[in-house]
Amino acid sequence: MNVDPIRAQILIRRGWRITLAALLALAVVVTLAQRFTPTEVRQGLAQKIFYIHAPSAWCAFLAVGLTGLASILYLWLGDQHFDRFAATSAEVGTIFCAVVLTTGPIWGKPIWGTWWTWDARLSLTLFLFFLLLGYQVLRSAIRVPTERARLSAVVGIMAMVLVPFIHLSVYLFRGLHPTPIVLKPSAPSLDPEMLRTLLISFAAFTLLYVGLVTLAYGIRLAQEAEEQGHA
Amino acid sequence: MLSADRPALEAVGLERAYGHVRAVSGVHLSLGAGEVLVVLGPNGAGKTTLLRLLAGLIKPSAGEVRIAGQKLRASEPESRRPIGFLSHHSLLYDDLTILENLTFAARLYGLARPEHKAHEALAGFGLADRLRDLPRDLSRGLEQRVAIARALIHDPAVLLLDEPFTGLDTGSAQLLRTLLRERCLGGRAVVLVTHHPDEAWDLATRVGVLRAGQWALLEPRGASLEQFVSRYQELARG
Amino acid sequence: MVESLRLALAIAAKDLRAELRSRTSFLSAAMFAALLLVVFNFARDPTAVATIDLAPGILWVTVAFAAVVAMNRGFAVERENHAFDGLLLAPVSREVLFLGKYLANLTFVLLVEVIALPLFVLFFNVDLSQALPGLVATLLLATAGLVSVGTLFSAIVVRTRFAELMLPVLLLPFMVPPLVFAVQITMRLLTGRALSEVAGGLRLLVLYDVAFITVSLLLFSAVVDE
Repeated sequence: MNVDPIRAQILIRRGWRITLAALLALAVVVTLAQRFTPTEVRQGLAQKIFYIHAPSAWCAFLAVGLTGLASILYLWLGDQHFDRFAATSAEVGTIFCAVVLTTGPIWGKPIWGTWWTWDARLSLTLFLFFLLLGYQVLRSAIRVPTERARLSAVVGIMAMVLVPFIHLSVYLFRGLHPTPIVLKPSAPSLDPEMLRTLLISFAAFTLLYVGLVTLAYGIRLAQEAEEQGHA
Repeated sequence: MLSADRPALEAVGLERAYGHVRAVSGVHLSLGAGEVLVVLGPNGAGKTTLLRLLAGLIKPSAGEVRIAGQKLRASEPESRRPIGFLSHHSLLYDDLTILENLTFAARLYGLARPEHKAHEALAGFGLADRLRDLPRDLSRGLEQRVAIARALIHDPAVLLLDEPFTGLDTGSAQLLRTLLRERCLGGRAVVLVTHHPDEAWDLATRVGVLRAGQWALLEPRGASLEQFVSRYQELARG
Repeated sequence: MVESLRLALAIAAKDLRAELRSRTSFLSAAMFAALLLVVFNFARDPTAVATIDLAPGILWVTVAFAAVVAMNRGFAVERENHAFDGLLLAPVSREVLFLGKYLANLTFVLLVEVIALPLFVLFFNVDLSQALPGLVATLLLATAGLVSVGTLFSAIVVRTRFAELMLPVLLLPFMVPPLVFAVQITMRLLTGRALSEVAGGLRLLVLYDVAFITVSLLLFSAVVDE
């Protein structure tokens, strides 16, 4: 199966463009959140991180879901593109998770007083992070490309099936623990300006996901083309 | 049981790729009962891959394997029944006695009275007094006899041997050759993969040389081993 | 259908017989469980936190880790002498192979739990008179689900370089939901609640089991067929 290096370059360029556009959109979101969106009465400034957190968690979710779907398609159709996509989606998903998991505590400590809260979204993101890491650790431990693709596809599908159960567990777990004295960011009441910022943020993050995946896929393709050239 | 008009073992356009590498490509084969094909080739030529494809242990990227006209398929367990496989690994469980090992194999193949069959098979290979031994307590030669007994317990129409002479000294190799010729090969379609032409020359009715996943040579066995060896060395070099 | 079940049982019996001979894995897993329980005991201050708050968590963490240790052996034993090829060559479907391995692993882990549970009662001074039937049901249901994922994953990791490390890394996220559900149920049972109150949790365990036993069964051939 021949890998086209030209296509790889096209994808890389396209990926960069989309990513930059997304980052621009994100800058807009942050500005909106800071200056132009009303502060929630009860929670104050702490609530604003929600505009970043909720969409990034959504992207991590998206990444796992798409990795799972690509895995199914790979096992069914055997096309290497799906394996490449699954691996790329997992990589990007891991980045999103890492971002959420580091910005959360860093932002939160001065405002909330604790480094970590077992807030549902954060917990879910943590689990997705472990799943995606495990997937990549497995991939790194298998040398033969066809075997790596096949076995990681199986794990990808299992991870996708697990997500709803993690969701259930996280909410069940939260039900046992009373809300801490210092409040965590949660969904604001549907103030139209808050909703606007939130929706723009979702769009920006999804665009970022698309950009990063396109870019990473292109890079992966370029690497494979190079290896093939040397073979 | 097997239709007389179809070849006992057939490979049609067999291919197996690992990523960009083609381990086996465009291999055809047609073997009748009683024929013994010895397959040679340099390291990495694809001999083991070919054998494992024929055994149904690996799925082909393209092409198919047919046994008496029936397509070999991973999803069809019954299609595997006529196959016997002997490796230089024993396929035995070290924590079970050789009797238990063979009884288990007999059960896997759905044979009636599995323990009796196992007993019979082992006795047939001169192991009646060592039934309670564990595989790790046996010498390599004896262990291999158990492995052969296991491979033949269900009387397979096709027998595949993966470098059976590996690790045997000259004496044991000779014993194995005799054993194979007298007890194992008759009436079956046999493919034997080996490194050295002289190891299985007497057993062969046909010879094949695999190089980079394709047949460099596939013909009935000639009379002279020396002539073949010089041709083989040329092929291996070129 | 009956023949398939018989084959699966033969495969499970073979595994159990082999394990009974060597006993290494079983003893390791059982000892591991016992040691964990001891360590947990010394790692807490009984005057600060009531036993009843910690006990369910301790029990289930012990079960989870001991299960991982127990399942590590599953496919390792097939690696010696390439014995797994023997199973793949046979006219046995991949699903039946999975079932056989699953039953062996299940028996195995349940046996370890049979050892761990009395020790748990002993060390943590827990009163199981009311809770026992519910607890047994929970153990059975949770183990059934965990072992299905563990069996599938141990078939995967056996081909990798650090199989013993890789298995817990992949498996632990999958153990969280049944652990969470089981701890919830155990907590309620130990504080004397009626069985009817834990029905919801048990139903969640059943849901997990159905989902994962099915998916593991279906994906097994993708793992073992090259």
